[in-house]
Amino acid sequence: MDVLFLSRLQFAFTIGFHYIYPPLSIGIGVILVLVEGMYLKTNDELYERMAKFWVKIFGLTFAMGVATGIVMEFEFGTNWAAYSRFVGDVFGSALAAEGIFAFFLESGFLAILLFGWDKVSKKMHFFATLMVAFGAHFSAVWITVANSWQQTPAGYHVVGNALRARAEITDFWAMVFNPSSMERLSHVLMGAWQAGAWLVISVSAYYLLRKQHLKFAKQSIKIGLIVAIIASIMQLVTGDISAKGVSKHQPAKMAAAEGHFDRSAPASMYLFGWVNEEKQEVQFGIGIPGMLSWLIYGDASKPVTGLNAFPEKDRPPVNIVFQSYHLMIAIGTGLILLALLGSFFWWKGTLFEHRWLLWIFVFAVLGPQIANQVGWITAEVGRQPWIVYGLMRTSDALSEAVQANAVIASLIMFTFIYILLFAVFIYLLDNKIRHGPEVEAETEETHIA
Amino acid sequence: MDLNIIWFIIVGVLFAGYAILDGFDLGIGALHLFTDTDEERRLMINSIGPVWDGNEVWLVTGGGALFAAFPEAYATVFSGFYIAFMLFLLALIFRAVAIEFRSKQPMKWWRLMWDIGFSLGSILAAFLIGVAMGNIAYGVPLGPDHVFAGTFFDLLTPYAILTGITTVALFMMHGAIYGVLKTEGELHDKLRHWVRRSIIFFILMYVITTMMTLLYVPHMAEPFKNHPVLFIVPVITLLAIANVPREYYYANDFKAFLSSCAAVLALLALFGLGIFPNMVYSTLEPASSLTIYSAASSERTLTIMLIIAVIGMPLVLAYTFSIYWIFRGKVRLTESSY
Repeated sequence: MDVLFLSRLQFAFTIGFHYIYPPLSIGIGVILVLVEGMYLKTNDELYERMAKFWVKIFGLTFAMGVATGIVMEFEFGTNWAAYSRFVGDVFGSALAAEGIFAFFLESGFLAILLFGWDKVSKKMHFFATLMVAFGAHFSAVWITVANSWQQTPAGYHVVGNALRARAEITDFWAMVFNPSSMERLSHVLMGAWQAGAWLVISVSAYYLLRKQHLKFAKQSIKIGLIVAIIASIMQLVTGDISAKGVSKHQPAKMAAAEGHFDRSAPASMYLFGWVNEEKQEVQFGIGIPGMLSWLIYGDASKPVTGLNAFPEKDRPPVNIVFQSYHLMIAIGTGLILLALLGSFFWWKGTLFEHRWLLWIFVFAVLGPQIANQVGWITAEVGRQPWIVYGLMRTSDALSEAVQANAVIASLIMFTFIYILLFAVFIYLLDNKIRHGPEVEAETEETHIA
Repeated sequence: MDLNIIWFIIVGVLFAGYAILDGFDLGIGALHLFTDTDEERRLMINSIGPVWDGNEVWLVTGGGALFAAFPEAYATVFSGFYIAFMLFLLALIFRAVAIEFRSKQPMKWWRLMWDIGFSLGSILAAFLIGVAMGNIAYGVPLGPDHVFAGTFFDLLTPYAILTGITTVALFMMHGAIYGVLKTEGELHDKLRHWVRRSIIFFILMYVITTMMTLLYVPHMAEPFKNHPVLFIVPVITLLAIANVPREYYYANDFKAFLSSCAAVLALLALFGLGIFPNMVYSTLEPASSLTIYSAASSERTLTIMLIIAVIGMPLVLAYTFSIYWIFRGKVRLTESSY
């Protein structure tokens, strides 16, 4: 196995594993702000118990995010030294800004969130929660800006040539607001809100099914549903804007996502299918002819650039992008329907009576997680063979000093640790959920229910 | 003073912030297994509970700043020290999750497992920081393209191992003094005892490292020879270190802690002055060394980053001070403790 493949595998694995946690922190952060805000307003101890319970879950996901995130900060240097030399001037600034503006804010106020219940006033605790949630959002801002610059580089020029070439900033704000950063950021954030909201809904549905902590669960599920419905519908909008942006700035990615080969022809949008790359067609699929053209240009007969417009060495792997993209859309659509269905029954006043729906809710927590993962696979694999779109190839980005056996060793190490950590994380999460919120006044309420 | 020097100092300050703050976390971790009861171990962990994670952010931000300001140095060091760095990450991961996971289950084997993870993770992290610094001081084989031309085992020179152990000793002393400040009763008395031992351990290591540096790494002493006025820095270092046992003897624990902080800072200043203007010294060909000029980003980026730092650092200091203020005093175990 070559260093390129191994390093890509390691990066994909470590970032994929890391990305389980930050969306949860961002999403639960939003829920915590709502819950603590309600507590401040109503003084109802129910909200206090909710806050204390979700803070514990938050603490767990946050610790996992920190432990796996520190790897990411340094992996550019360890495995992608040539890339780091080439982009450090531009990309490094965004990472440094993330540290200064986001991580300090987040970790500082997290201490108050976790341990400050008796040390600070209620208002101060709410403020700390707000700051932690802001910090989590800021970190999404800077890292998405950095990644978006890889997708649609702007505000830079290339200095030097051949091995000594590197990108330097010419316009900081053009780099920050590069053509894809804001649309991708909003898409990332809505994905994160959904991850948090569906965790809350899932846990609450589980309590409702087990007839435990009913008051707590009913209130939590409602707050979760509100966030879920807002985020999932917003996701449709941000997804649409992102797709239009991709077709404009990275046409090869869009073409791969829909298995569209014709150099220039109206394109269909598939519900599912399998791309046969040899025959250059989508098999076993159902597609809506002209739908992609219509979504991008508002005109079903407008031509969309296909993969054949690019030399073979500039095309991304088609099927991986196609499948992950369609899985993301399918799950996203499913989550919208599910949130609408939940809201409908809530409006009818029968939300807590449909056990089948509650069971679906319990498992729906996996939805945003899978959609977030495959969404990133679409974005990153779809950018290939470039590490910086149109500027630097992934194969030119490796560390010169790192041999295959070293990467095999670290890959084995990460596989082993991450499997262990994941098992422990799930075990502790399950434990916390089974233990449930602190039981006060709840016993008597269970009888009433 | 040009931008490159300012950034050399800023990156230095960030790593010094990390060494002073996470240094005592790692020291507490290194001493952790010497405690006996579960309650003592909980007190040890909770003494750093609210702050360790913010302390680690200094490292992450230092790494980001190094990436932004000196990308060549970032790329060369982390790819060159690949295996060492992976082990360092392993240590930090185990340290982090052990703190979070340990208290979540009451089983003895469970707690012991995470105690070991916490303690060995801390010791390994401290050791590897020292090894990395030893190598940077001694110099590493750098080819003309600034690419590291050695292996993992080339990094484990006797000198680097010595600086590794010295760093563990320094953090043990620093952590023990922090522990004395944060605890009371029996554990407090134990920690007082360990402070005495770790001061002796550190001072021994410090003297040996200094002698070895002067004998085998003469280029580290060049700047002081060329600019005698800089000799004030080693003198301050020595005074700070000597003041630790002095304050400790008079039971001025907080002042002993401040002296220990000053000692960490002064040692890093010594290191920074010693390697200046190099960031990575090449043992093959001095011309291949990465300096604060050949490793740096463009002037425009350094300027933009300086603006970011000027806006960001006061905020960072404000959060840091408020957290330490809110969680001041002796650590107590409550229901939200680890």
